[in-house]
Amino acid sequence: MIEVISEDRCTGCNICVSVCPTNVFDITPDGIPVIARQDDCQTCFMCEVYCPDDALYVGPQTTELTGITVAELEAQNLFGSYRMSIGWVRGGRPRPTHEVMKRLEHH
Amino acid sequence: MVSPSTAANIAAPSASLEFDADVLVIGGGPAGTWAAIAAAGKGAKVVLVDKGFCGSSGATAPSGTGVWYVPPDPVRRSQAMNSRWDLGGRLADPAWMRRVLDQTYQNVNHLAEWGYPFSDDENGNSIRRSLDGPDYMRLMRKRTKAAGVKILDHSPALELLRDETGAVAGAAGIRRQKGDTWLVRAGAVVIATGGCAFLSKALGCNVLTGDGLLLAAELGAELSGMEFSTAYAMALEGGSVTKTRFYEWASFTFEDGTPIPGAASKGGRSVMARVLQTQRVFAQLDKADAETEQAMRYAQPNFFLPLDRAGIDPFRQRFPVTLLLEGTVRGTGGLRIVDNGCATTVSGLYAAGDAATRELICGAFTGGGSHNAAWAMSSGFWAGHSAGEHGLQYRGRGRRYVRAGGVGVADGSGRAIDAATLARAVQDEVHPYDRNYLRSGERLTDSLGRLDGLWSGIRTAQAASFGEAQRTRESVAMLATSRWMYHSALSRTETRGMHKREDYPKKDDNQLHYTTSGGLDDVWIGKQRAPSPELEELAA
Ligand SMILES: Cc1cc2nc3c(=O)[nH]c(=O)nc-3n(C[C@H](O)[C@H](O)[C@H](O)COP(=O)(O)OP(=O)(O)OC[C@H]3O[C@@H](n4cnc5c(N)ncnc54)[C@H](O)[C@@H]3O)c2cc1C
Ligand code: SF4
Ligand code: SF4
Repeated sequence: MIEVISEDRCTGCNICVSVCPTNVFDITPDGIPVIARQDDCQTCFMCEVYCPDDALYVGPQTTELTGITVAELEAQNLFGSYRMSIGWVRGGRPRPTHEVMKRLEHH
Repeated sequence: MVSPSTAANIAAPSASLEFDADVLVIGGGPAGTWAAIAAAGKGAKVVLVDKGFCGSSGATAPSGTGVWYVPPDPVRRSQAMNSRWDLGGRLADPAWMRRVLDQTYQNVNHLAEWGYPFSDDENGNSIRRSLDGPDYMRLMRKRTKAAGVKILDHSPALELLRDETGAVAGAAGIRRQKGDTWLVRAGAVVIATGGCAFLSKALGCNVLTGDGLLLAAELGAELSGMEFSTAYAMALEGGSVTKTRFYEWASFTFEDGTPIPGAASKGGRSVMARVLQTQRVFAQLDKADAETEQAMRYAQPNFFLPLDRAGIDPFRQRFPVTLLLEGTVRGTGGLRIVDNGCATTVSGLYAAGDAATRELICGAFTGGGSHNAAWAMSSGFWAGHSAGEHGLQYRGRGRRYVRAGGVGVADGSGRAIDAATLARAVQDEVHPYDRNYLRSGERLTDSLGRLDGLWSGIRTAQAASFGEAQRTRESVAMLATSRWMYHSALSRTETRGMHKREDYPKKDDNQLHYTTSGGLDDVWIGKQRAPSPELEELAA
């Protein structure tokens, strides 16, 4: 479930407000969106993928919160970690060799 | 209420934002975007509305899909057609399989031309059998816009419009981030709203509540194969990521660590469903070596995302898993298709993707893993083409527009529907493994008693407020879908494909038919003969 918006990282572009399929965020006058309907979050991670400033964190469970803080996320380098793993960063993601990828075939 | 159907706006329904179009596409997943692009290619003026955001919403966007992409080599094609023939209970149609293989091959090659980043194999040939959801759907949104299609995001369709002849004439809904209403008058409408997963929080599925099925049925459209709606997929307990493939490398154990006899992600999922009714099931990907792990992490980063975040090493630790209902998303039932252009039984109304039946290529077995993605892009393409041609004929013609929405949107006796309570009541009947996954006549009848009762209770009711309009229609759609599902399931007195009846555990080859259904106040069930199976060819 969506848990954290880092106010230090967020630039108020409101992309998350647009891309969230279940309309979890609301825009605010001061620029940084709020998580307005947390229970509606379907834990799809799309907001994280689209956030250009890696300011969002979605926890692994659909109903339970982890209570993780901005400082802990920064310390563990978790902001933007999913975007990085799908290659939505400069340079894409490094692909293992063909021999390695072949392991998944004919299973 | 959204916009009461007073005598005045029955004559000319209106909204805050109005458009005239040749084609309206409802739903902006792969099926809807392919449909919109194809219709625009015919010269049609196209509007696409999505409940969420076209590009991130729906089952494909957050997940990524294997695609039924098979080069036109006769041997490989016949192998492909055979692969799920028996699993699908021989209900698929070889002619449709062939068409879908052809069209999918072309469409995926278009994606390459449009710049989709396929990677190459060791011989430098690009590998086109799978698509990453975020990349694929971002590209589809871009192409849809480039084709001149007007996209309305966060704009759920709540009801269809019809004309004086009963043909579809557009749709109406709300813009939930603007707090106002929209209305599109159109010569043709494509339903591409995806399947129905009953708000189970399976990956990307909570926007998929069967809305399009309800809208179409209110105009008299028919459904087919709704008994094939028992798809459940594996996920970390409490998680959402229903990626099942890597569990082929897993061992399954009880809480105390002893193996669960017969449990497997393929062919042993009902064993797991039985165990999950009373105790927890644990998995560990202990059949994968270090190199396979590397390949897996590259191929499906989202599989590992919740595990990593929960601090679980799935290769070296046992972790609790669950089965989440995906209903008709990875099931195969949906709106009945009556011609090669994906027309429904209603004039001007077309269906594509998971909103349409996929029995034509999958039969009674799941369409997940390759077929559904192929179907979404092929059926979307065909539906868009035919809707474009049909819609253009209405340009400049005078029509009378009438709102066609029923329960929860039309004027009623004034009682308000409690949308959340209704949704939970439906979930109570369709989520439990012993009601839906493992079915019996007795339990289906028991559930239907309550589901039909719920429908009688809300027949003349309406949404509590503008803010509840979308939720209300979603709950009503889930209720309607559950009733078509269980009435169809009750009528098929055998076990075939994913439809498992404990009281009829065997296949009965006198039931090689498609179960059709429809109706709202009174649900009806019919039969259509399945096509003659071309056994000689498929035996190849
Ligand atoms: C986790 C997961 C993995 C999968 N993997 C595979 C795979 O590997 N291979 C495969 O072939 N298939 C796979 N599938 C199935 C595949 O994702 C679907 O078949 C495919 O997404 C169907 O496309 P669609 O366009 O019909 O529906 P969707 O992609 O679900 O899109 C439907 C769209 O309609 C919109 N909508 C719904 N209601 C309304 C309304 N009232 N008004 C306006 N818009 C509305 C939604 O917001 C959504 O954007 C998988 C499914 C899941 C859940
Ligand atoms: S997308 Fe990221 S940067 Fe933009 S408003 Fe949302 S949290 Fe802030
Ligand atoms: S995880 Fe998905 S549903 Fe939840 S807030 Fe982010 S985009 Fe919205």
